[in-house]
Amino acid sequence: MSELLEVVLRLVLVLAAFLTLPLLVGQAEHKVMGHMQSRVGPMYAGGFHGWAQLVADGVKFAQKEDIVPAAADRAVFKLAPAVALIPYLVVLVAIPVSPDWVGQELDAGIFFVIAVMGIGVLGSLMAGWASANKYSLIGGLRSAAQLLAYELPFLLAAASIAMAAGTLSLSGIVVAWEPWWLIWQLPGAVVFFVAGLAELQRPPFDMPVADSEIIFGAYTEYTGLRFALFLLAEYAGIVVLCALTTVLFLGGWRGPFDDALFGIPGLLWTLAKTFALAFVVIWLRVAYPRLREDQLQRLAWQGLVPLALGQLALTGVVVVAT
Amino acid sequence: MKVPGTGLAKGLAVTLNTMGRRAVTQQYPDVKPELPPRSRGVIALLEENCTVCMLCARECPDWCIYIDSHKETIPAPPGGRERQRNVLERFDIDFSLCMYCGICIEVCPFDALFWSPEFEYSELDIRDLTHGKDRLGQWMATVPPPPAHDEHGVRPKEIDAAHKAADKAAEAADKAASPGPALDNAAEAAPEVVEP
Repeated sequence: MSELLEVVLRLVLVLAAFLTLPLLVGQAEHKVMGHMQSRVGPMYAGGFHGWAQLVADGVKFAQKEDIVPAAADRAVFKLAPAVALIPYLVVLVAIPVSPDWVGQELDAGIFFVIAVMGIGVLGSLMAGWASANKYSLIGGLRSAAQLLAYELPFLLAAASIAMAAGTLSLSGIVVAWEPWWLIWQLPGAVVFFVAGLAELQRPPFDMPVADSEIIFGAYTEYTGLRFALFLLAEYAGIVVLCALTTVLFLGGWRGPFDDALFGIPGLLWTLAKTFALAFVVIWLRVAYPRLREDQLQRLAWQGLVPLALGQLALTGVVVVAT
Repeated sequence: MKVPGTGLAKGLAVTLNTMGRRAVTQQYPDVKPELPPRSRGVIALLEENCTVCMLCARECPDWCIYIDSHKETIPAPPGGRERQRNVLERFDIDFSLCMYCGICIEVCPFDALFWSPEFEYSELDIRDLTHGKDRLGQWMATVPPPPAHDEHGVRPKEIDAAHKAADKAAEAADKAASPGPALDNAAEAAPEVVEP
């Protein structure tokens, strides 16, 4: 009975994190983006520096009419936001934030996580196809092309760190991690992060939703709560990507002082690293213009894939040699 | 040689620097803006100065000033004759037509029209943008005092004329007192009298 209770408690905590962390990132994006553009961002909602802006947005979305286009494939259209959002919740279950704090420890965690993250893109593909709108279709196809291009370097970079640690378990990778890996695995980390950004379709890799040419890509026909779910999926994706990068490449819960391992400090380390990476995600969005479709593909196939392969070879050599 | 990636790093540096600086945002409805002097917000009317000469209404490029008046006869004072005077009945400015050129204010010979910096007089009905003489008169309270004269600017003609006359008088007086070094004295005295 107590075992069941523990499982339920863990899942509730994961759900709570899933519902709050993306909102924190979203709010941070509002404010950071504002200040980087010499604005102040939201200031009214909630009274103090617009802290309740996303809550207000949520209320607004909930009030809107839920429209399904007449020509749309109704079932697929309605299912798509869930398919986009749920995978990130599932991934969050497997990510360890400290030695004790993990939703569910998996032996092949990294395998599971990458497999499930790929499903998220399926949501925008379904949305693009089911909307019966040419812009949605173009957006969906761009999503597919982007997924194909960037899944490979994403996977290769993850494979490199798994090889270095000699385990597929996420907790195992953090335990095996050593500070000098920061330099050794740096190309892999960069490839992983950039490819992950591209899979999330975050600017500067937001060609699938390029609003100046295809309105809002696959999400053009969505309104109300379903649209809000897509937005939430984007921010949940940021949290998941940053947490994964933290766990795989930045030593997860391990700070510079290894003695302070009470569980809670470890948790704080993971969160701090995750949010630092989330800041970088926002920063990149503000600093760089959108990549054109051909530039996007070239970056993946001519830049990231060779880099990831090189990293893989280097990791292999070092692992065999030592 | 150009190191690849410097452009990318520069982009990141610019955004990070901007984040460190103060935002340029003005919290407008909460904090009123600091408007420059001579801001053109709304036109105020000082009714007592208006003589119904109609210059403003005639010069207005889009004919947005409407003036009605009648003549009133002032009873003759003892030993004098009757005089007539214009009485203003209506002085409307339609701010939905006004293009804020300020010609009416420039052209008014009796200083009856003024610029006020107030700009918050939007209306839900376009007809309410026609301000009558009472409303235009209320704006007078918001007219700022004229800004001080720029000390490096061209002096008003009146002051120059006064100085010229004063210099001439002083020169004449000096000449009358001592005919010898009069010119030198005048030359020395002249630059001192610059501003009243």
